Amino acid sequence: MTPHPTLGDLLTQRGISRRAFLKFCAAVTSLMALPPDMAPAIAQALAKATRPSVIWLSFQECTGCTESLTRSVSPTLEALILDMISLDYHHTLQAASGTAAEEAREHAMKEASGKYLLLVDGSIPTKDGGVYGTWAGESFHDILSDAVKGAAAVVAIGTCAAFGGIPKANPNPTGAVAVSDLVKGKPVINVPGCPPIAVVMTGVLAHYLAFGTIPELDPLGRPKAFYGETIHDRCYRRPFYDQGKFAKTFDDEGARNGWCLYELGCKGPTTYNSCATIKWNAGTSFPIQSGHGCLGCSEPDFWDKGSFYQALPTGDWGSAKTIGIAAAAGAAIGAAAAYSARKRQERSMKGG
Amino acid sequence: MDLLAFAKGPALAWSIAVFVFGVVWRLVGIFLLRGKKDLSEPRNNASWKGLRLIVLRSWPRREFFGETAFTEVAGYVFHIGFLVALFFYLPHLLFFADISRGLIGVDFKTIFGVGWPYLPGGVIFFLSAISVAALLAVLVHRLINPVKRLISNFDDYFSWFVTITPIVTGMLAYAHLGAPYQTLLAIHILSVELLLIWFPFGKLMHAFTIFAVRGATGMAFERKGATL
Repeated sequence: MTPHPTLGDLLTQRGISRRAFLKFCAAVTSLMALPPDMAPAIAQALAKATRPSVIWLSFQECTGCTESLTRSVSPTLEALILDMISLDYHHTLQAASGTAAEEAREHAMKEASGKYLLLVDGSIPTKDGGVYGTWAGESFHDILSDAVKGAAAVVAIGTCAAFGGIPKANPNPTGAVAVSDLVKGKPVINVPGCPPIAVVMTGVLAHYLAFGTIPELDPLGRPKAFYGETIHDRCYRRPFYDQGKFAKTFDDEGARNGWCLYELGCKGPTTYNSCATIKWNAGTSFPIQSGHGCLGCSEPDFWDKGSFYQALPTGDWGSAKTIGIAAAAGAAIGAAAAYSARKRQERSMKGG
Repeated sequence: MDLLAFAKGPALAWSIAVFVFGVVWRLVGIFLLRGKKDLSEPRNNASWKGLRLIVLRSWPRREFFGETAFTEVAGYVFHIGFLVALFFYLPHLLFFADISRGLIGVDFKTIFGVGWPYLPGGVIFFLSAISVAALLAVLVHRLINPVKRLISNFDDYFSWFVTITPIVTGMLAYAHLGAPYQTLLAIHILSVELLLIWFPFGKLMHAFTIFAVRGATGMAFERKGATL
């Protein structure tokens, strides 16, 4: 075995057939909306790629992103591809702990300096000098800054890392911020979702491995291939929206008939993600298919955008008190204007 | 705060407050004015019969039909399309229901005791397109007709602009054309807010005064013995 085996070598060793590998490449090509003739090129590039070093830092997070990744249907080819990367540091998955773990991270950063991929899940607390998140007495902020220096690119996994997520939600007691708020001068790919779909994470990695570049991103730094369309646009319940057929409660006839969940607060129209197409658990289902509206978890500040069960058209229009004050002020000025006009009229009549 | 959050948050609250403030100001200001005293002998004491004018003025008089038909037809087409899109499109109804619950504690739809119908989005889109076409037609007519052009001022053109913009942006949002949906939705809501802010201070205020003015005019005519 060569000291730097390629993915192709490793997949062969793991008993992955050429057919299965090409199938995965075709799926990735399709998912990333690349032309079909790119599949062989991706297969060729992936087969020749060497294992890149990956350092995964977990900050203010719930481990849901890692759960999503590891609990995708097992074993999947995507999971094996992930095996094929050199995952040099990951709190949840690594065997080492304590000082040994931190030494492993520092070693990996030194060995692969300038080449490793830095994956981050969780937001970073910045309030009070970042004391709300530390490892071995070092703040998350400092650890991130240190790790970013030698990274080739940074991937913010999950909504907390991409946009601040739940830790950043009002009142944001720890001053949590997104990775992109702190990382400057390095490419940052946002892969939001609470959690993100497993194949989206592996798809982004596959793209990087195949092309050595980051995929095309939308204005929020998300790969367009996976976040290019709203859930609403690709939802199988969309025809019901267009026909005006809506479930009014979660157990009415409309709900049983699978009608649109718009009135029940579904955020699909304003949420960009692939849930409706890729789905979860090996394409089994996604929240809307399971009868619940989309929460909009791959969008910034989704936690602070009102109730999950409040229909999208509702807004913060004020209150009865505000409207009452506005009406009273209007009435007062209107009355004053009319009084003034009457006075002018009287003066004019007297004068005439 | 992103653009959509701004549009659905502070911009919405302020524009509604300005709208209510302005409309009440104008209505109170107008209704508390003292009418000019008519010193002439009334030719008809039952001046209330002049209220017929509210209905009579809703269609053209036969002798003027040739000249006013275009404006009347285009006006009706626009108004019907606009009002149907406003009051029979589900997202709009949900918005009104939310305000209704906040102001009077119940969903306004329940007041009528029957369901408030809504139309499929495609139908609303079609009616909106017809409304836009009618608005464009009346603008062209205003520009090429020398008399109308002469009597038109900024208020006319700006009122036209703030009226057509929400319809066009609403159609773009529905069709997801030109920008991400959130951006289009935010622009649509902001355009409605511009309409709300301008509404009380321009000619759009006719929506609140038109029938009262017709009634007052009709009663004055009736008193003078004019043929309605």
